[in-house]
Amino acid sequence: MVDTKVTLSGLTLDNPVIPASGTFGYGKEFAEIYDINILGSISFKGTTLEPRLGNPLPRIAECPDGMINSVGLQNPGLEAVCEKELVDMAKIYSKPVVANISGFSIEEYVKCAEAMGKQPQVGIIEVNVSCPNVHNGGMAYGVMPESAAEVTRAVKTVTSKPVYIKLSPNVTDIVAIAKACEEAGADGLSLINTLLGMRIDINRRRPIIANKMGGFSGPAIFPVAVRMVYQVAKAVNIPVIGMGGVSSARDVIEMMMAGATAVQVGAANLVNPYACKEIIEDLPAVMEELGIEKLEDIIGIIE
Amino acid sequence: MKRQILKLDKIEELQSGIFRMTLEGDCSEINAPGQFVNIKVDGFYLRRPISIFDWDKEHVTLVFKVVGEGTKVMAEAQKGDCFDVLLPLGNGFCPEKGGEKPLLVGGGIGVPPLYGLAKELVAKGVTPQVVIGFNSEKEVILADDFKTLGIEPVITTVDGSVGVKGFVTDAMKTMDYDYVYTCGPEPMLKAVYDAAPDGQFSFEARMACGFGACMGCSCETKYGYKRICEDGPILYKEEIKW
Repeated sequence: MVDTKVTLSGLTLDNPVIPASGTFGYGKEFAEIYDINILGSISFKGTTLEPRLGNPLPRIAECPDGMINSVGLQNPGLEAVCEKELVDMAKIYSKPVVANISGFSIEEYVKCAEAMGKQPQVGIIEVNVSCPNVHNGGMAYGVMPESAAEVTRAVKTVTSKPVYIKLSPNVTDIVAIAKACEEAGADGLSLINTLLGMRIDINRRRPIIANKMGGFSGPAIFPVAVRMVYQVAKAVNIPVIGMGGVSSARDVIEMMMAGATAVQVGAANLVNPYACKEIIEDLPAVMEELGIEKLEDIIGIIE
Repeated sequence: MKRQILKLDKIEELQSGIFRMTLEGDCSEINAPGQFVNIKVDGFYLRRPISIFDWDKEHVTLVFKVVGEGTKVMAEAQKGDCFDVLLPLGNGFCPEKGGEKPLLVGGGIGVPPLYGLAKELVAKGVTPQVVIGFNSEKEVILADDFKTLGIEPVITTVDGSVGVKGFVTDAMKTMDYDYVYTCGPEPMLKAVYDAAPDGQFSFEARMACGFGACMGCSCETKYGYKRICEDGPILYKEEIKW
Protein backbone atom coordinates (compact mmCIF):
# COMPACT_ATOMS: atom_id res chain seq x y z
CA MET A 1 0.00 0.00 0.00
CA VAL A 2 1.65 3.21 -1.17
CA ASP A 3 1.40 6.51 0.72
CA THR A 4 0.17 9.48 -1.32
CA LYS A 5 -0.11 11.93 1.57
CA VAL A 6 1.71 15.27 1.41
CA THR A 7 1.86 18.17 3.86
CA LEU A 8 1.65 21.85 2.97
CA SER A 9 2.41 24.21 5.88
CA GLY A 10 0.98 21.82 8.44
CA LEU A 11 -2.01 20.90 6.31
CA THR A 12 -1.96 17.21 5.38
CA LEU A 13 -3.57 16.34 2.04
CA ASP A 14 -4.68 12.77 1.18
CA ASN A 15 -2.91 13.21 -2.14
CA PRO A 16 -1.09 16.07 -3.88
CA VAL A 17 -3.74 16.64 -6.58
CA ILE A 18 -5.47 20.04 -6.45
CA PRO A 19 -7.58 21.46 -9.30
CA ALA A 20 -6.13 24.86 -10.26
CA SER A 21 -8.02 28.08 -9.76
CA GLY A 22 -10.24 29.06 -12.67
CA THR A 23 -10.52 25.55 -14.10
CA PHE A 24 -12.85 24.05 -11.53
CA GLY A 25 -15.27 26.84 -10.58
CA TYR A 26 -16.46 26.08 -7.06
CA GLY A 27 -16.56 22.35 -7.76
CA LYS A 28 -20.26 22.08 -8.56
CA GLU A 29 -20.01 20.95 -12.20
CA PHE A 30 -17.52 18.24 -11.25
CA ALA A 31 -19.37 17.07 -8.14
CA GLU A 32 -22.19 16.09 -10.48
CA ILE A 33 -20.00 13.52 -12.21
CA TYR A 34 -17.73 12.21 -9.43
CA ASP A 35 -17.20 12.46 -5.67
CA ILE A 36 -14.82 15.42 -5.47
CA ASN A 37 -13.91 14.56 -1.88
CA ILE A 38 -11.15 12.36 -3.34
CA LEU A 39 -9.23 15.55 -4.25
CA GLY A 40 -6.27 16.62 -2.12
CA SER A 41 -7.79 20.11 -2.04
CA ILE A 42 -9.45 22.58 -4.43
CA SER A 43 -8.13 25.97 -5.45
CA PHE A 44 -11.44 27.62 -6.26
CA LYS A 45 -12.11 30.39 -8.78
CA GLY A 46 -10.08 33.53 -8.04
CA THR A 47 -11.80 36.14 -5.89
CA THR A 48 -11.51 39.92 -6.13
CA LEU A 49 -12.92 42.50 -3.73
CA GLU A 50 -15.55 43.74 -6.19
CA PRO A 51 -17.57 41.58 -8.61
CA ARG A 52 -15.89 41.35 -12.02
CA LEU A 53 -17.65 40.76 -15.32
CA GLY A 54 -14.47 39.66 -17.04
CA ASN A 55 -13.23 40.31 -20.54
CA PRO A 56 -15.14 40.53 -23.85
CA LEU A 57 -15.65 37.36 -25.94
CA PRO A 58 -13.95 35.48 -27.53
CA ARG A 59 -11.96 34.54 -24.46
CA ILE A 60 -10.68 31.17 -25.68
CA ALA A 61 -8.23 30.17 -28.41
CA GLU A 62 -6.98 26.68 -29.13
CA CYS A 63 -3.27 25.94 -29.50
CA PRO A 64 -1.29 22.80 -30.27
CA ASP A 65 -1.43 20.85 -26.97
CA GLY A 66 -2.91 23.78 -25.12
CA MET A 67 -5.17 26.78 -25.06
CA ILE A 68 -5.21 30.50 -24.42
CA ASN A 69 -7.79 32.01 -22.07
CA SER A 70 -8.65 35.60 -21.43
CA VAL A 71 -11.45 35.26 -18.89
CA GLY A 72 -10.27 38.27 -16.89
CA LEU A 73 -10.98 37.12 -13.33
CA GLN A 74 -14.73 37.01 -13.76
CA ASN A 75 -16.16 36.35 -10.29
CA PRO A 76 -19.06 37.53 -8.13
CA GLY A 77 -16.82 39.43 -5.69
CA LEU A 78 -15.59 38.76 -2.16
CA GLU A 79 -18.90 39.17 -0.35
CA ALA A 80 -20.89 36.86 -2.64
CA VAL A 81 -18.09 34.28 -2.66
CA CYS A 82 -17.99 34.15 1.14
CA GLU A 83 -21.75 34.25 1.64
CA LYS A 84 -22.88 31.98 -1.18
CA GLU A 85 -20.21 30.12 -3.13
CA LEU A 86 -18.25 28.90 -0.09
CA VAL A 87 -21.46 27.87 1.66
CA ASP A 88 -22.48 25.85 -1.40
CA MET A 89 -19.00 24.39 -1.78
CA ALA A 90 -18.99 23.21 1.85
CA LYS A 91 -21.97 20.99 1.01
CA ILE A 92 -20.08 19.11 -1.69
CA TYR A 93 -16.48 19.24 -0.42
CA SER A 94 -15.53 18.61 3.18
CA LYS A 95 -11.75 19.22 3.21
CA PRO A 96 -9.85 22.51 3.56
CA VAL A 97 -9.72 24.51 0.33
CA VAL A 98 -7.25 26.92 -1.26
CA ALA A 99 -8.64 30.46 -1.57
CA ASN A 100 -7.13 32.15 -4.61
CA ILE A 101 -7.34 35.95 -4.36
CA SER A 102 -6.43 38.84 -6.67
CA GLY A 103 -6.30 42.58 -6.21
CA PHE A 104 -5.75 45.85 -8.00
CA SER A 105 -4.21 47.51 -4.97
CA ILE A 106 -2.49 46.34 -1.80
CA GLU A 107 -5.65 47.29 0.06
CA GLU A 108 -7.77 44.95 -2.08
CA TYR A 109 -5.40 42.03 -1.51
CA VAL A 110 -5.50 42.74 2.21
CA LYS A 111 -9.30 42.86 2.37
CA CYS A 112 -9.64 39.60 0.43
CA ALA A 113 -6.99 37.85 2.53
CA GLU A 114 -8.54 39.05 5.76
CA ALA A 115 -12.02 37.83 4.82
CA MET A 116 -10.80 34.51 3.40
CA GLY A 117 -8.64 33.96 6.48
CA LYS A 118 -11.80 34.01 8.58
CA GLN A 119 -13.52 31.30 6.53
CA PRO A 120 -13.21 28.04 8.48
CA GLN A 121 -12.95 25.89 5.34
CA VAL A 122 -10.05 27.88 3.88
CA GLY A 123 -6.77 26.05 4.56
CA ILE A 124 -4.42 28.12 2.39
CA ILE A 125 -4.62 31.59 0.89
CA GLU A 126 -3.14 31.64 -2.60
CA VAL A 127 -2.30 35.19 -3.64
CA ASN A 128 -2.44 35.67 -7.40
CA VAL A 129 0.10 38.33 -8.32
CA SER A 130 0.32 36.98 -11.83
CA CYS A 131 -2.93 37.03 -13.80
CA PRO A 132 -2.01 38.06 -17.36
CA ASN A 133 -5.57 39.04 -18.27
CA VAL A 134 -6.22 42.21 -16.32
CA HIS A 135 -4.82 45.58 -17.25
CA ASN A 136 -3.06 47.42 -14.43
CA GLY A 137 -3.99 44.41 -12.38
CA GLY A 138 -2.36 41.66 -10.42
CA MET A 139 0.41 41.03 -12.90
CA ALA A 140 2.10 44.31 -12.11
CA TYR A 141 2.76 43.09 -8.55
CA GLY A 142 4.12 39.77 -9.73
CA VAL A 143 6.73 40.99 -12.18
CA MET A 144 9.02 42.76 -9.70
CA PRO A 145 10.57 41.25 -6.52
CA GLU A 146 9.88 44.44 -4.51
CA SER A 147 6.17 44.65 -5.31
CA ALA A 148 5.62 40.90 -4.91
CA ALA A 149 7.26 41.17 -1.49
CA GLU A 150 5.11 44.18 -0.64
CA VAL A 151 1.89 42.24 -1.34
CA THR A 152 3.21 39.27 0.64
CA ARG A 153 4.05 41.38 3.69
CA ALA A 154 0.70 43.17 3.64
CA VAL A 155 -1.30 39.95 3.36
CA LYS A 156 0.72 38.24 6.08
CA THR A 157 -0.19 40.95 8.59
CA VAL A 158 -3.94 40.24 8.33
CA THR A 159 -4.16 36.46 8.44
CA SER A 160 -2.66 33.60 10.36
CA LYS A 161 -3.53 31.10 7.61
CA PRO A 162 -0.66 29.93 5.36
CA VAL A 163 -0.08 32.39 2.52
CA TYR A 164 1.11 31.05 -0.85
CA ILE A 165 2.11 33.50 -3.57
CA LYS A 166 1.18 32.43 -7.11
CA LEU A 167 3.99 33.45 -9.41
CA SER A 168 4.07 34.50 -13.04
CA PRO A 169 6.38 32.82 -15.54
CA ASN A 170 6.34 36.02 -17.62
CA VAL A 171 9.36 37.46 -15.84
CA THR A 172 13.11 37.67 -16.39
CA ASP A 173 14.07 35.97 -13.12
CA ILE A 174 11.38 33.98 -11.30
CA VAL A 175 13.90 32.86 -8.66
CA ALA A 176 14.53 36.45 -7.53
CA ILE A 177 10.78 37.02 -7.12
CA ALA A 178 10.35 33.71 -5.29
CA LYS A 179 13.13 34.59 -2.86
CA ALA A 180 11.70 38.06 -2.28
CA CYS A 181 8.34 36.51 -1.38
CA GLU A 182 10.00 34.02 0.96
CA GLU A 183 11.91 36.79 2.71
CA ALA A 184 8.67 38.78 3.03
CA GLY A 185 7.11 35.90 4.95
CA ALA A 186 5.36 33.76 2.34
CA ASP A 187 4.56 30.29 3.67
CA GLY A 188 4.76 28.77 0.20
CA LEU A 189 4.69 29.43 -3.53
CA SER A 190 2.40 28.34 -6.38
CA LEU A 191 3.84 28.24 -9.87
CA ILE A 192 3.50 28.68 -12.74
CA ASN A 193 0.55 30.81 -13.79
CA THR A 194 -0.14 30.92 -17.54
CA LEU A 195 2.33 32.16 -20.11
CA LEU A 196 1.27 35.26 -22.02
CA GLY A 197 0.29 34.08 -25.50
CA MET A 198 -1.48 35.14 -28.67
CA ARG A 199 -3.13 33.54 -31.71
CA ILE A 200 -4.19 35.18 -34.96
CA ASP A 201 -7.04 34.15 -37.24
CA ILE A 202 -5.15 34.37 -40.53
CA ASN A 203 -8.34 34.27 -42.60
CA ARG A 204 -9.88 37.26 -40.87
CA ARG A 205 -6.50 38.88 -40.16
CA ARG A 206 -7.27 39.60 -36.52
CA PRO A 207 -6.44 38.14 -33.11
CA ILE A 208 -8.69 35.26 -32.02
CA ILE A 209 -8.93 36.60 -28.45
CA ALA A 210 -10.93 39.83 -28.12
CA ASN A 211 -8.28 41.21 -25.77
CA LYS A 212 -5.63 40.10 -28.28
CA MET A 213 -3.52 38.25 -25.70
CA GLY A 214 -4.25 35.77 -22.95
CA GLY A 215 -2.83 33.10 -20.71
CA PHE A 216 -1.39 30.04 -22.45
CA SER A 217 -1.80 26.75 -20.59
CA GLY A 218 -1.95 23.02 -21.23
CA PRO A 219 0.59 20.22 -21.81
CA ALA A 220 2.61 22.47 -24.13
CA ILE A 221 3.84 24.52 -21.14
CA PHE A 222 4.65 21.54 -18.91
CA PRO A 223 8.43 21.57 -19.60
CA VAL A 224 8.61 25.29 -18.79
CA ALA A 225 6.69 24.66 -15.56
CA VAL A 226 8.94 21.77 -14.53
CA ARG A 227 12.02 23.90 -15.17
CA MET A 228 10.72 26.84 -13.13
CA VAL A 229 9.48 24.65 -10.25
CA TYR A 230 12.93 23.03 -10.20
CA GLN A 231 14.76 26.38 -10.15
CA VAL A 232 12.52 27.91 -7.50
CA ALA A 233 12.32 24.85 -5.25
CA LYS A 234 16.11 24.65 -5.23
CA ALA A 235 16.38 28.29 -4.19
CA VAL A 236 13.80 28.53 -1.39
CA ASN A 237 13.03 26.69 1.85
CA ILE A 238 9.24 26.93 1.66
CA PRO A 239 6.93 24.46 -0.09
CA VAL A 240 6.12 24.86 -3.77
CA ILE A 241 2.84 23.87 -5.38
CA GLY A 242 3.75 22.97 -8.95
CA MET A 243 1.42 23.54 -11.90
CA GLY A 244 1.44 24.12 -15.62
CA GLY A 245 0.20 21.50 -18.06
CA VAL A 246 -0.07 18.63 -15.58
CA SER A 247 -2.32 15.99 -17.17
CA SER A 248 -1.36 12.58 -15.79
CA ALA A 249 -0.09 10.75 -12.71
CA ARG A 250 3.35 10.62 -14.34
CA ASP A 251 3.30 14.41 -14.74
CA VAL A 252 2.49 14.70 -11.01
CA ILE A 253 5.50 12.57 -10.15
CA GLU A 254 7.75 14.53 -12.52
CA MET A 255 6.60 17.82 -11.01
CA MET A 256 7.25 16.50 -7.49
CA MET A 257 10.71 15.22 -8.43
CA ALA A 258 11.39 18.74 -9.70
CA GLY A 259 10.58 20.04 -6.23
CA ALA A 260 6.81 20.42 -5.88
CA THR A 261 5.19 19.32 -2.61
CA ALA A 262 1.72 19.35 -4.19
CA VAL A 263 0.50 19.74 -7.74
CA GLN A 264 -2.31 21.65 -9.37
CA VAL A 265 -4.16 20.44 -12.45
CA GLY A 266 -5.60 23.17 -14.65
CA ALA A 267 -6.47 23.03 -18.34
CA ALA A 268 -6.75 19.22 -18.22
CA ASN A 269 -10.00 19.58 -16.22
CA LEU A 270 -11.55 21.48 -19.11
CA VAL A 271 -10.90 18.91 -21.81
CA ASN A 272 -11.42 15.91 -19.55
CA PRO A 273 -13.70 16.66 -16.59
CA TYR A 274 -12.51 13.40 -15.00
CA ALA A 275 -8.81 14.38 -15.25
CA CYS A 276 -8.17 14.81 -11.49
CA LYS A 277 -10.12 11.67 -10.64
CA GLU A 278 -8.12 9.62 -13.16
CA ILE A 279 -4.81 11.05 -11.96
CA ILE A 280 -5.63 10.20 -8.33
CA GLU A 281 -6.75 6.70 -9.29
CA ASP A 282 -3.63 6.13 -11.43
CA LEU A 283 -1.14 7.41 -8.85
CA PRO A 284 -0.77 4.26 -6.67
CA ALA A 285 -0.07 1.98 -9.66
CA VAL A 286 2.43 4.43 -11.17
CA MET A 287 4.13 4.77 -7.78
CA GLU A 288 4.41 1.00 -7.44
CA GLU A 289 5.79 0.71 -10.94
CA LEU A 290 8.44 3.33 -10.14
CA GLY A 291 9.26 1.85 -6.73
CA ILE A 292 7.91 4.84 -4.77
CA GLU A 293 6.44 3.92 -1.38
CA LYS A 294 5.93 7.38 0.02
CA LEU A 295 5.19 10.21 -2.39
CA GLU A 296 6.82 12.70 -0.01
CA ASP A 297 10.13 10.88 -0.50
CA ILE A 298 10.47 12.06 -4.08
CA ILE A 299 9.93 15.79 -3.50
CA GLY A 300 12.88 17.60 -5.06
CA ILE A 301 15.04 14.49 -5.47
CA ILE A 302 16.57 15.87 -8.66
CA GLU A 303 19.93 17.39 -7.81
CA MET B 1 -23.35 15.37 -18.37
CA LYS B 2 -21.38 12.18 -18.93
CA ARG B 3 -18.43 11.22 -21.04
CA GLN B 4 -19.34 8.51 -23.51
CA ILE B 5 -17.42 6.71 -26.20
CA LEU B 6 -19.71 6.81 -29.24
CA LYS B 7 -19.21 4.86 -32.45
CA LEU B 8 -19.80 6.39 -35.85
CA ASP B 9 -22.75 4.67 -37.50
CA LYS B 10 -23.41 6.88 -40.53
CA ILE B 11 -21.90 9.94 -42.15
CA GLU B 12 -23.07 11.76 -45.28
CA GLU B 13 -22.31 15.07 -46.96
CA LEU B 14 -25.53 17.10 -47.22
CA GLN B 15 -24.00 20.00 -49.12
CA SER B 16 -20.43 20.90 -49.91
CA GLY B 17 -18.68 21.00 -46.52
CA ILE B 18 -21.78 20.22 -44.46
CA PHE B 19 -22.01 16.76 -42.95
CA ARG B 20 -24.60 14.72 -41.08
CA MET B 21 -23.10 12.20 -38.68
CA THR B 22 -24.92 9.63 -36.53
CA LEU B 23 -23.10 8.29 -33.50
CA GLU B 24 -24.12 5.19 -31.60
CA GLY B 25 -23.88 4.62 -27.84
CA ASP B 26 -25.52 5.69 -24.61
CA CYS B 27 -27.40 8.91 -25.44
CA SER B 28 -30.11 8.35 -22.84
CA GLU B 29 -29.35 11.55 -20.91
CA ILE B 30 -30.24 13.92 -23.74
CA ASN B 31 -33.46 15.51 -22.55
CA ALA B 32 -34.19 18.59 -24.67
CA PRO B 33 -33.81 19.77 -28.26
CA GLY B 34 -31.17 22.48 -28.59
CA GLN B 35 -28.69 20.75 -26.31
CA PHE B 36 -25.21 20.09 -27.67
CA VAL B 37 -22.29 17.69 -27.40
CA ASN B 38 -18.57 18.43 -27.03
CA ILE B 39 -16.49 16.09 -29.17
CA LYS B 40 -12.83 15.22 -28.77
CA VAL B 41 -11.08 15.08 -32.12
CA ASP B 42 -7.73 13.29 -32.38
CA GLY B 43 -4.84 15.73 -32.62
CA PHE B 44 -6.68 18.72 -31.15
CA TYR B 45 -6.56 19.95 -27.57
CA LEU B 46 -10.02 21.42 -27.14
CA ARG B 47 -13.26 19.63 -27.93
CA ARG B 48 -15.65 20.75 -30.69
CA PRO B 49 -19.09 21.86 -29.48
CA ILE B 50 -21.77 20.69 -31.97
CA SER B 51 -25.54 21.08 -31.60
CA ILE B 52 -27.79 18.03 -31.62
CA PHE B 53 -29.93 17.54 -34.73
CA ASP B 54 -31.81 14.44 -33.61
CA TRP B 55 -31.46 11.68 -31.04
CA ASP B 56 -32.89 8.59 -29.42
CA LYS B 57 -31.62 6.58 -26.45
CA GLU B 58 -28.85 4.90 -28.45
CA HIS B 59 -28.08 7.46 -31.16
CA VAL B 60 -27.26 11.10 -31.57
CA THR B 61 -27.21 12.79 -34.97
CA LEU B 62 -25.18 15.93 -35.54
CA VAL B 63 -25.05 18.23 -38.55
CA PHE B 64 -21.85 20.24 -38.75
CA LYS B 65 -19.99 22.46 -41.16
CA VAL B 66 -16.28 22.13 -41.85
CA VAL B 67 -14.94 25.45 -40.61
CA GLY B 68 -11.41 24.49 -39.58
CA GLU B 69 -8.94 21.68 -39.13
CA GLY B 70 -10.86 19.92 -36.34
CA THR B 71 -14.18 19.68 -38.18
CA LYS B 72 -12.21 18.59 -41.25
CA VAL B 73 -10.91 15.58 -39.34
CA MET B 74 -14.45 14.85 -38.11
CA ALA B 75 -15.72 14.92 -41.70
CA GLU B 76 -13.13 12.33 -42.72
CA ALA B 77 -14.25 9.85 -40.04
CA GLN B 78 -15.47 6.42 -41.15
CA LYS B 79 -18.14 4.04 -39.93
CA GLY B 80 -16.90 2.31 -36.78
CA ASP B 81 -14.59 5.15 -35.70
CA CYS B 82 -14.98 6.08 -32.04
CA PHE B 83 -15.33 9.53 -30.49
CA ASP B 84 -14.95 10.64 -26.87
CA VAL B 85 -18.03 12.82 -26.35
CA LEU B 86 -19.35 14.87 -23.42
CA LEU B 87 -23.15 14.91 -23.47
CA PRO B 88 -25.68 16.26 -23.03
CA LEU B 89 -24.60 19.88 -22.55
CA GLY B 90 -26.64 23.04 -22.21
CA ASN B 91 -30.21 23.79 -21.23
CA GLY B 92 -31.96 23.19 -24.56
CA PHE B 93 -35.19 24.70 -25.88
CA CYS B 94 -38.33 24.62 -23.78
CA PRO B 95 -41.06 23.46 -26.22
CA GLU B 96 -43.88 24.10 -23.71
CA LYS B 97 -43.42 27.86 -23.80
CA GLY B 98 -44.15 28.22 -27.53
CA GLY B 99 -47.93 28.37 -27.29
CA GLU B 100 -50.25 27.52 -30.20
CA LYS B 101 -48.41 29.33 -32.98
CA PRO B 102 -44.66 28.93 -32.60
CA LEU B 103 -42.32 29.92 -35.42
CA LEU B 104 -38.92 28.28 -35.84
CA VAL B 105 -36.29 30.47 -37.52
CA GLY B 106 -32.95 29.00 -38.51
CA GLY B 107 -30.00 30.44 -40.37
CA GLY B 108 -27.35 28.33 -42.12
CA ILE B 109 -25.68 25.87 -39.80
CA GLY B 110 -28.06 27.13 -37.06
CA VAL B 111 -30.90 25.14 -38.65
CA PRO B 112 -30.05 21.63 -37.30
CA PRO B 113 -31.15 22.01 -33.64
CA LEU B 114 -34.52 23.37 -34.81
CA TYR B 115 -35.27 20.01 -36.45
CA GLY B 116 -35.11 18.25 -33.07
CA LEU B 117 -37.35 20.95 -31.65
CA ALA B 118 -39.85 20.66 -34.53
CA LYS B 119 -40.00 16.90 -33.99
CA GLU B 120 -40.70 17.40 -30.28
CA LEU B 121 -43.39 20.01 -30.98
CA VAL B 122 -45.11 17.78 -33.55
CA ALA B 123 -45.08 14.92 -31.03
CA LYS B 124 -46.83 17.25 -28.60
CA GLY B 125 -49.51 18.02 -31.20
CA VAL B 126 -48.25 21.45 -32.28
CA THR B 127 -47.14 21.86 -35.88
CA PRO B 128 -44.82 24.85 -35.97
CA GLN B 129 -44.13 27.11 -38.90
CA VAL B 130 -40.50 27.03 -40.02
CA VAL B 131 -38.34 29.59 -41.82
CA ILE B 132 -34.83 28.59 -42.80
CA GLY B 133 -32.42 31.04 -44.39
CA PHE B 134 -29.25 30.53 -46.41
CA ASN B 135 -26.96 32.51 -48.67
CA SER B 136 -27.89 30.57 -51.80
CA GLU B 137 -29.52 27.37 -53.08
CA LYS B 138 -26.31 25.35 -52.85
CA GLU B 139 -26.21 25.86 -49.08
CA VAL B 140 -29.79 24.79 -48.37
CA ILE B 141 -29.94 21.89 -45.90
CA LEU B 142 -32.59 19.85 -44.09
CA ALA B 143 -35.67 21.20 -45.94
CA ASP B 144 -36.76 17.63 -46.72
CA ASP B 145 -36.34 16.58 -43.10
CA PHE B 146 -38.88 19.17 -41.99
CA LYS B 147 -41.21 17.91 -44.76
CA THR B 148 -41.11 14.39 -43.31
CA LEU B 149 -42.52 15.93 -40.11
CA GLY B 150 -45.40 17.38 -42.13
CA ILE B 151 -43.96 20.88 -42.12
CA GLU B 152 -43.45 22.87 -45.32
CA PRO B 153 -40.48 25.10 -44.45
CA VAL B 154 -40.26 28.57 -45.94
CA ILE B 155 -36.80 28.91 -47.48
CA THR B 156 -35.07 32.25 -47.88
CA THR B 157 -31.85 32.90 -49.78
CA VAL B 158 -29.87 36.11 -49.84
CA ASP B 159 -29.26 35.77 -53.59
CA GLY B 160 -32.79 34.65 -54.36
CA SER B 161 -31.63 31.44 -56.05
CA VAL B 162 -34.41 29.55 -54.27
CA GLY B 163 -37.39 30.54 -52.12
CA VAL B 164 -37.95 34.04 -50.81
CA LYS B 165 -35.18 36.46 -51.80
CA GLY B 166 -33.71 38.15 -48.75
CA PHE B 167 -33.28 37.34 -45.07
CA VAL B 168 -35.38 35.22 -42.70
CA THR B 169 -36.90 38.42 -41.32
CA ASP B 170 -38.28 39.24 -44.80
CA ALA B 171 -40.28 36.00 -44.73
CA MET B 172 -41.32 36.57 -41.10
CA LYS B 173 -43.09 39.84 -42.04
CA THR B 174 -45.97 38.00 -43.70
CA MET B 175 -46.32 35.26 -41.09
CA ASP B 176 -48.71 34.94 -38.18
CA TYR B 177 -46.95 33.77 -35.01
CA ASP B 178 -46.65 34.75 -31.39
CA TYR B 179 -43.40 33.07 -30.29
CA VAL B 180 -40.08 32.29 -32.00
CA TYR B 181 -37.40 29.69 -31.50
CA THR B 182 -34.25 30.64 -33.33
CA CYS B 183 -30.67 29.59 -33.98
CA GLY B 184 -28.19 31.09 -36.41
CA PRO B 185 -25.47 33.69 -36.80
CA GLU B 186 -25.61 36.50 -34.26
CA PRO B 187 -26.66 39.29 -36.71
CA MET B 188 -29.62 37.11 -37.66
CA LEU B 189 -30.50 36.47 -34.01
CA LYS B 190 -30.45 40.23 -33.42
CA ALA B 191 -32.77 40.87 -36.41
CA VAL B 192 -35.16 38.13 -35.20
CA TYR B 193 -34.98 39.61 -31.68
CA ASP B 194 -36.08 43.00 -33.05
CA ALA B 195 -38.92 41.44 -35.08
CA ALA B 196 -40.41 38.87 -32.70
CA PRO B 197 -42.62 39.56 -29.68
CA ASP B 198 -41.10 36.79 -27.59
CA GLY B 199 -38.98 33.70 -27.90
CA GLN B 200 -35.93 31.56 -27.24
CA PHE B 201 -32.56 32.28 -28.88
CA SER B 202 -29.74 29.78 -29.27
CA PHE B 203 -26.27 31.33 -29.06
CA GLU B 204 -22.85 30.02 -29.93
CA ALA B 205 -19.42 30.95 -28.63
CA ARG B 206 -15.85 29.78 -28.58
CA MET B 207 -15.74 27.46 -25.58
CA ALA B 208 -13.11 25.58 -23.69
CA CYS B 209 -14.89 23.14 -21.37
CA GLY B 210 -18.51 23.34 -22.55
CA PHE B 211 -19.86 22.44 -19.10
CA GLY B 212 -19.61 25.62 -17.07
CA ALA B 213 -16.21 25.38 -15.41
CA CYS B 214 -13.97 27.86 -17.22
CA MET B 215 -16.09 31.01 -17.75
CA GLY B 216 -14.70 31.13 -21.28
CA CYS B 217 -18.10 31.83 -22.86
CA SER B 218 -19.87 34.04 -20.32
CA CYS B 219 -22.08 36.80 -21.69
CA GLU B 220 -23.93 39.61 -20.00
CA THR B 221 -27.69 39.29 -19.66
CA LYS B 222 -30.28 41.45 -17.93
CA TYR B 223 -29.98 39.08 -14.97
CA GLY B 224 -26.21 39.04 -14.68
CA TYR B 225 -23.59 37.03 -16.50
CA LYS B 226 -24.55 33.66 -17.92
CA ARG B 227 -22.39 30.90 -19.32
CA ILE B 228 -23.52 30.16 -22.86
CA CYS B 229 -22.48 26.52 -22.44
CA GLU B 230 -24.14 25.75 -19.11
CA ASP B 231 -26.84 28.40 -18.53
CA GLY B 232 -27.50 28.51 -22.32
CA PRO B 233 -27.04 28.02 -25.19
CA ILE B 234 -30.71 28.99 -25.19
CA LEU B 235 -31.44 32.44 -23.76
CA TYR B 236 -34.93 33.89 -23.44
CA LYS B 237 -35.82 37.18 -25.12
CA GLU B 238 -36.61 38.86 -21.82
CA GLU B 239 -33.07 38.27 -20.49
CA ILE B 240 -31.05 39.18 -23.58
CA LYS B 241 -29.33 42.56 -23.42
CA TRP B 242 -29.65 44.07 -26.89
